[in-house]
Amino acid sequence: MTPAASHPPVTITACPDGPLLVRGDVEITAPGGPIPHTRRTVALCRCGVSMIKPFCDGTHKLVGFTTAPTDPAGSGS
Amino acid sequence: MQLSFPIAPFQARGPLSSQLLTALSLPADGSGSSLGGFIVATAEALAQCQDIVNDDDLQLTLFLLYGLHYGDVVQSDAAWEWHPTTIVARVAIEQALESTLRSTVPQPALPAPSQDAVARALFSLTIDDQGPSLSRYLARKATAEQAVEFIVHRSIYTLKEADPHSWAIPRLTGRAKAALIEIQTDEYGGGHAERMHSSLFADTMRGLGLDTRFGGYVDQVPALVLASFNMMSLFGLNRRLRGAIVGHLAAFEMTSAIPSRLYGDGFRRLGFSEAITRYFDEHIEADAVHEQIAARDLAGALAEDDSLTLPDIMFGAAACLAMDGWVAEALLASWQSGRSSLRVPLPESAARPLAGTAVAS
Repeated sequence: MTPAASHPPVTITACPDGPLLVRGDVEITAPGGPIPHTRRTVALCRCGVSMIKPFCDGTHKLVGFTTAPTDPAGSGS
Repeated sequence: MQLSFPIAPFQARGPLSSQLLTALSLPADGSGSSLGGFIVATAEALAQCQDIVNDDDLQLTLFLLYGLHYGDVVQSDAAWEWHPTTIVARVAIEQALESTLRSTVPQPALPAPSQDAVARALFSLTIDDQGPSLSRYLARKATAEQAVEFIVHRSIYTLKEADPHSWAIPRLTGRAKAALIEIQTDEYGGGHAERMHSSLFADTMRGLGLDTRFGGYVDQVPALVLASFNMMSLFGLNRRLRGAIVGHLAAFEMTSAIPSRLYGDGFRRLGFSEAITRYFDEHIEADAVHEQIAARDLAGALAEDDSLTLPDIMFGAAACLAMDGWVAEALLASWQSGRSSLRVPLPESAARPLAGTAVAS
């Protein structure tokens, strides 16, 4: 299962305070089966409030979603 | 004199656009005699102009001059594109427009020239924007007639969607160029003509009974709507303003995903079908991707690699928000006082609002 040299590896970029940006040839599946997508780069929701999950719809910006530790002193984990 | 090309499908708005429209219907011979005195007349019009973004004659003239580079605005002798008179006049008007924008649009504080700082600054600038909300009005209150008017205004840019920013591709290098191409590839449907965003928008217009030819509604839109498109062309066609076109695209993408949902909601509330809302539905997902690429990989990388562009990246973003705010204010003012936002009514044949007759089954 060595990827062909012509296929660059899939990359996932964790956008600060935002979605996961997935670039590359991926299949996205859900319990109902594959979720069709046509664009080569997709943004996956990680704030939980998108109305088009699993894709991002930008709503994280309205709910103050942050990926920074909110309380570094007390996070403990 | 014999006309060589068809008369434009819209009217002049003053002496400059009148002379230019007439000249464009004639051959661009070496002497350019049909544009005799045009440069002086342009300088005089600029000297007298009080409010360039709302000046009908100057904005239509600039729109026509940029249109020579895009094509499809008026049919004319292709040699007009690089005729010295059209270039000199264009530069004079665009310098005045840029000067007004620089003195009117508040320049945001400059972040550090790093990818992360620039992306954060752009996101906070766009989320804090307190401009009037056209999208909320469309979602909740607009009538079907007003929704159609909104599409007519949008058609000036959107039938050319992505083109003004594509001028920047050869003007950028390295990471920023690659990021712009990643965004534009998606704008252009990933190589599928029918999925190009301008084609999706034309489908929406067709579904509303509107004319999908570019420039078909120039007569209907106010100077400000032409100015909004002209500003993008100004930023895109001048290499020295590459920071501004990048900042503009970032702000444009960052203020698109959430409003697109509201626009779709508005058309659904009015009973329009999925064929009409597809353009907006597509932009919710697309622009949530594009805004991340535009903020970090395009604007952020450009600021790191070419730090002299940073002030213009922030200026371009602020200018996008300001211009969109002025357009929204003008449209909402018309509608809230019970008037049409169009300069002249739509032709009788076009756009009988189809709400209720186009409901998805």
